[in-house]
Amino acid sequence: MSSFISYFINGISLGSVYAIIALGYTMVYGIAKMLNFAHGDIIMVGGFTTYVITSSMGMSPAVGILSAVVVCTVLGVAIERIAYKPLRGASSLSVLITAIGVSYFLQNAALIIFGADTKSFQSVINVPALTFGDGAVTVSGVTIVTVLSCIVILILLTTFINRTKTGQAMLAVSEDKGAATLMGINVNRTIAVTFAIGSALAAIAGVLLCSAYPTLSSTTGAMPGIKAFVAAVFGGIGSIPGAMIGGIVLGVIENLSKAYISSQLSDAIVFSVLIIVLLVKPTGLMGKQIQEKV
Amino acid sequence: MSEVIKSDTQNDKLLLDVDTLGISFGGLKAVDNFNLKINRGELYGLIGPNGAGKTTIFNLLTGVYKPDTGKILLDGEDITGKPTIEINKAGIARTFQNIRLFSDLPVIDNVKAALHNHYKYGLMDAIFRTPKYFKTEKAMDEKAMEILKVFELDNAASYKASQLPYGRQRKLEIARAIATEPKLLLLDEPAAGMNPQETHELMDTIKFVRDNFDTTILLIEHDMKLVSGICEKLTVLNFGRILKQGETYEVLHDPEVIKAYLGD
Amino acid sequence: MKEISKKTKQSLTTYALVIAFYAVCEIWLKTGNMSSLMEGLLVPLCYYMILAVSLNIVVGISGELSLGHAGFMCVGAFTGAIFAVTAGSGLPELLELVIAIILGAAVSGAFGFLIGIPVLRLRGDYLAIVTLAFGEIIKNVINAIYLGVDSNGIHISIKDAMSMGLAADGVTIIKGAQGITRLPRNANFTIGIILLLISLFIIQNLINSRQGRAIMAIRDNRIAAESIGLSVSKYKMMAFVISAALAGVAGVLYAHNLSTLQATPKNFGYNMSIMILVFVVLGGIGNIKGSMIAAVILTILPEKLRFLSDYRMLIYAVVLIVMMLFNSAPKAIAFRERLVESINMKRNKNAKEEA
Repeated sequence: MSSFISYFINGISLGSVYAIIALGYTMVYGIAKMLNFAHGDIIMVGGFTTYVITSSMGMSPAVGILSAVVVCTVLGVAIERIAYKPLRGASSLSVLITAIGVSYFLQNAALIIFGADTKSFQSVINVPALTFGDGAVTVSGVTIVTVLSCIVILILLTTFINRTKTGQAMLAVSEDKGAATLMGINVNRTIAVTFAIGSALAAIAGVLLCSAYPTLSSTTGAMPGIKAFVAAVFGGIGSIPGAMIGGIVLGVIENLSKAYISSQLSDAIVFSVLIIVLLVKPTGLMGKQIQEKV
Repeated sequence: MSEVIKSDTQNDKLLLDVDTLGISFGGLKAVDNFNLKINRGELYGLIGPNGAGKTTIFNLLTGVYKPDTGKILLDGEDITGKPTIEINKAGIARTFQNIRLFSDLPVIDNVKAALHNHYKYGLMDAIFRTPKYFKTEKAMDEKAMEILKVFELDNAASYKASQLPYGRQRKLEIARAIATEPKLLLLDEPAAGMNPQETHELMDTIKFVRDNFDTTILLIEHDMKLVSGICEKLTVLNFGRILKQGETYEVLHDPEVIKAYLGD
Repeated sequence: MKEISKKTKQSLTTYALVIAFYAVCEIWLKTGNMSSLMEGLLVPLCYYMILAVSLNIVVGISGELSLGHAGFMCVGAFTGAIFAVTAGSGLPELLELVIAIILGAAVSGAFGFLIGIPVLRLRGDYLAIVTLAFGEIIKNVINAIYLGVDSNGIHISIKDAMSMGLAADGVTIIKGAQGITRLPRNANFTIGIILLLISLFIIQNLINSRQGRAIMAIRDNRIAAESIGLSVSKYKMMAFVISAALAGVAGVLYAHNLSTLQATPKNFGYNMSIMILVFVVLGGIGNIKGSMIAAVILTILPEKLRFLSDYRMLIYAVVLIVMMLFNSAPKAIAFRERLVESINMKRNKNAKEEA
């Protein structure tokens, strides 16, 4: 029983990381109506930035995390500006292929800069572990920080969207780009802000992910990125609470199937979940039906 | 006794029978208590101010939206809530307010795609190029050219649809709809964006289509010259409800209609 | 009528191109001037071309994005290989290969159908992610699976070879991540070219048929296609299944060119699917000939330019981005149109001056 609880808690921890990544996916999808395939690779960039700052340059973890957030935010906005903005109005196929190109670019640029060998990542989180039930269940510091970060991010993001002008503008753009423009909302700026927030979240997710699983390579972000997208679809793409729930559910499923079914098949099980969800409820748990105007 | 016979002949003439049709979007009644009877061979107009619900009615008739209430009978067959594809097979074809062509396909293929359900051969015929394939394709080409000729598009058959100027794109949409051999043809603002000369030609074309393709036409239009020029009957829609229904001349001279159009 | 002859001509040039390519390679090979490196690339070139043209059915003709093409190739490869080491092992080489190809195509096509059911009703982006997921599922499952056969029938385990509980006469077919060994290796360049020609025959005849027209009409405007009575799900499915089946054929060819077949991220992973996509994008989406040429160039070039090998993937990425921006960005399209217009104007002016 205690082993089940610790698998479950680890699942929630992993799921919280997926949730933070999925938030970025879902926001960008909701507002720019595009699947930003490169989102997962921003995580990797966040991881490497922290790695360089803390391990190579020996600076404090706080500086490392902050730099990761800054670098990823700038990168996210730059990618949007260079690769996606010119394609506004083009077919979704073109945008998707471009996003794949960007993802591939980031991975291979990292491969060239940092080499093919996997780096060992020094955890930047120094929080003591908690033990329950006379040491039967231990919750690591990373897990505590990850779950807490996830909750804080959810609260901050919801407040931002509901209480600020920019947040309201984001809602408006996601509803109807044309109408938002007519209401005097700067659509380009709103989309850029969305990318900035999503990328900053990806940076945080990168640090948390690398701290929990202390390795780092050019493809570190790819799989978690794709799984986070699965989480976003699971929860209903475009929905913020949906991304949160989807992420956590997916993390738990992954960890439990790793423990009780087969570690090799855990990815296959996670992806099967996606296919089953799409079959049963195509709009996800909390998504809404979008109808094309005729 | 004589009354029964009379109603029978009437039913025989009746092509479209819409009864208390209604749909709401998020509490707003876009169309409410809409009734419409169109006889075979009629040229019928649906008019009304912007936002009155005209295109919504087209979308209900063609199965893009499922109605909340009411019934749609086409030639006695209940088509209420059926998918668009089935409704087209039952005999309704349409054009769109914002043109929707197969823009990367040649003009002729736009029409040939619409002949799809009338000229058939299997996938194996296609892949192995059986005699049936060649025979059917040839017949399709001839039929498509015949239709294109009516719309004076035969000389542009091999152009990409997107290369056509606006007015000719509108014509191609009608040609494509006609190719499905509809009993009822719905035209959504066919004259939009045309100059008076083009509109005039379009009026002749619409009449020609009705007379030569054995079809009935329901059209949405803002151009009053076109409406009064070719429509035999009209329904005026305002805020999703019928304002007036009847012969074109009567309807257009009705004070309420004039008020709705011109304001107080 | 002119249009038809133009289309037929296009198809014929494609076949001619492939046959010419075959002739050049054969002469090159027979005169003994071909390097062993190049010789080793001949069969891969064939399956890359088949993969590229078959992906073009989904991406170019149907307008959907599939990121699991390597997954279908994987299904075909393993189907063919399982047949080769079991029922096919006693058969004459050519007969074994033909049956393997038919089986590979059928099983891949069936998988395409199964995957198609949930996603083809949905928005395009979902198709991309689900096909990607499918590719990963297939790869993971094959890596985890132990398959054996004995007199009692088929045994499967996801743990190890021992847990299959094979009898003494049992034979292990798939050894988990070690895959299938002792394959016949009976594919050759001629067979590859024949398979490519058959694939092209199917694809080009499909495009120029009422079915192909329906697929392209749906791609161009789904709502209008429905309004003229075209079944969106039927024709999207048709394109998807044919594409998957042909990827399966490429997979069988791939497996019959190796002595050991394993499912690794390199051959059946996401990267492979992306590489095939690069062939299609570089060759021009929807352009069958183009995707073949791109496949050949992008297969040979990196081998010739070994010093660039570290940058190969990076270059692919840049190619993807630049091609998409150049071909699809509204501003780039407008710019090209203006350019063409000004050239035409100059030409007209010159013509007038001459006159």
